[in-house]
Amino acid sequence: MSKAPQGCCTVSGLVKTYRAGGTEVRANDGIDLDVRRGEVFGLLGPNGAGKSTLVRQLTGLLRPDSGSIDLLGHDVVRHPERAARLLGYLGQESTALDELTVALAAETTGRLRGLTRAAARAETADVIAELGLGALAHRPLAKLSGGQRRLACFAAVLIGERPLLVLDEPTTGMDPVARRAVWSAVDRRRAERGTTVLLVTHNVIEAETVLDRVAVIDAGRVIACDTPGGLKALVDGHVRLDLVWRTDAPLTVPAVAALAERAERTGRRWTLRTTPDEARELVAAVTTGPAFAALDDFTLATPTLEDAYLRLGGRTGGLAR
Amino acid sequence: MTLLDTPAVSTAPAPLAPAARLLPALAAVYRAQLARAKVSRIPLLFVATFQSVGILVMMRGVVDPGDNPSAHAVVAGSAVLVVAFVALNLLAQYFGKLRATGGLDHYATLPVPPASVVLGTAAAYASFTVPGVFVTAGIGSWMFELPVARTWILLAVIPLSGAALAGLGAALGLLAPRQELATLAGQLGMSAALLLGVLPASRLPEPVQWLRDLLPSSYGVDAFALTFAPHPDWGRVLLDLGVCGAVGLVSLTLATWAYRRAAR
Repeated sequence: MSKAPQGCCTVSGLVKTYRAGGTEVRANDGIDLDVRRGEVFGLLGPNGAGKSTLVRQLTGLLRPDSGSIDLLGHDVVRHPERAARLLGYLGQESTALDELTVALAAETTGRLRGLTRAAARAETADVIAELGLGALAHRPLAKLSGGQRRLACFAAVLIGERPLLVLDEPTTGMDPVARRAVWSAVDRRRAERGTTVLLVTHNVIEAETVLDRVAVIDAGRVIACDTPGGLKALVDGHVRLDLVWRTDAPLTVPAVAALAERAERTGRRWTLRTTPDEARELVAAVTTGPAFAALDDFTLATPTLEDAYLRLGGRTGGLAR
Repeated sequence: MTLLDTPAVSTAPAPLAPAARLLPALAAVYRAQLARAKVSRIPLLFVATFQSVGILVMMRGVVDPGDNPSAHAVVAGSAVLVVAFVALNLLAQYFGKLRATGGLDHYATLPVPPASVVLGTAAAYASFTVPGVFVTAGIGSWMFELPVARTWILLAVIPLSGAALAGLGAALGLLAPRQELATLAGQLGMSAALLLGVLPASRLPEPVQWLRDLLPSSYGVDAFALTFAPHPDWGRVLLDLGVCGAVGLVSLTLATWAYRRAAR
């Protein structure tokens, strides 16, 4: 039998409009997506791009104005209540769980996902051990740091198995140990059970390392959808040069004066996307004489997803590195 | 690839995980809410009790002790005020906060019946009031020289007036368009329960008596106050408790509807 990838989540023509301060905002403006079973699929875009609005429709929290959403063969627009029985959702807020201990938050969530008390307890113990939350199990979420609280909420999402996990910026505020715990837990479920993960992020480094495919969202539309490598191929043959000046840039140096108009300037940092040849010449020019004296730091790097995103027409400064 | 290559299984909808059933989910919400009390509610429960005891002390200066309607009203009103403080005021604030901060999304993305969330939370808030109501009733009976033998009636008064007030509190919190309005509505409701519950009904002007009749806590106060008489009129006690129960049913249904509306 052929191993055609099975669809997990198919979205087409999704439109959602908000009314904010008397004006209509098209948060989602005709979104099409096709997430395959068993992949880690990312939604990458700056704040306000429409990622969370999209996710809230997938999870049945919001009803789209038009368009269709198919989750594992179920029409979620017509039956939004089915979403809760198909997916586990990690939202950005934890107020419903804040005053519970980590263990009780996870156990209660499991019971509300239909588990018996014994099953919820057993799964809670396993997940707490898996994520290294043992020392915090009996502390209320409200008394934990932001990253620890996020990890506790992630634990609650894992209790009561679901074929799809929708994680809205799961690793915000987490230290590297907690991040690793999250991605190992995701990998384990994917390997053992074929779990699909839909991840919302604006962190390009995370997107490059953990995603199989990524949809780049800007102003309510999908502007590209490919593997991180495929997206970076859009900017192949370019490198990024970052220059950081000690104080003001030495505009008396002709090479620097010529750059002033082309570089993207953020305070004392100048960023330039160019060919490797030109980058070499520029590095040579700024690492000698008065320009070098004024230079605090420089980096020459291969393109990232952020560069691909900018090439695609995304807005500057929206993504985190 | 041709259509024949596509495995037939790919179009079959995935099985839905079981939804949580009403009573187990209600029990889970109730247990979690009781546990919350340990973290955040205990100071507020003290405040609720101190407020009622303070009113008893204040009213002792103007109301004679012994078997008279005013003393009955003061003690019963102060005791039921604890229920109004917690079940109406604090619950309105809790649901208002949950709604404003997106906390309802947590429940809305779980396969849990709305009634489990509303009833479990309301039941927990009503349970928080038990110690405070008994302490207030005990201190009040001692200060106003009233019998304590029929204090057991509180075991019916607390759940029934608790249901009515918690349902009202939850509905206010869930329907208020802004969190501050939920807080305001909860506090106004509690003030009404204070002013209209503690003063003897017979001393109030007629329009104020109508207002008192509209407030669900009044029936709980009356049921408890009637039991201080040497020979209580049990028929009226049952009638008052029946009104509380009926209002409770209506207000909890309203709260469940409000929850559905807020969570979608």
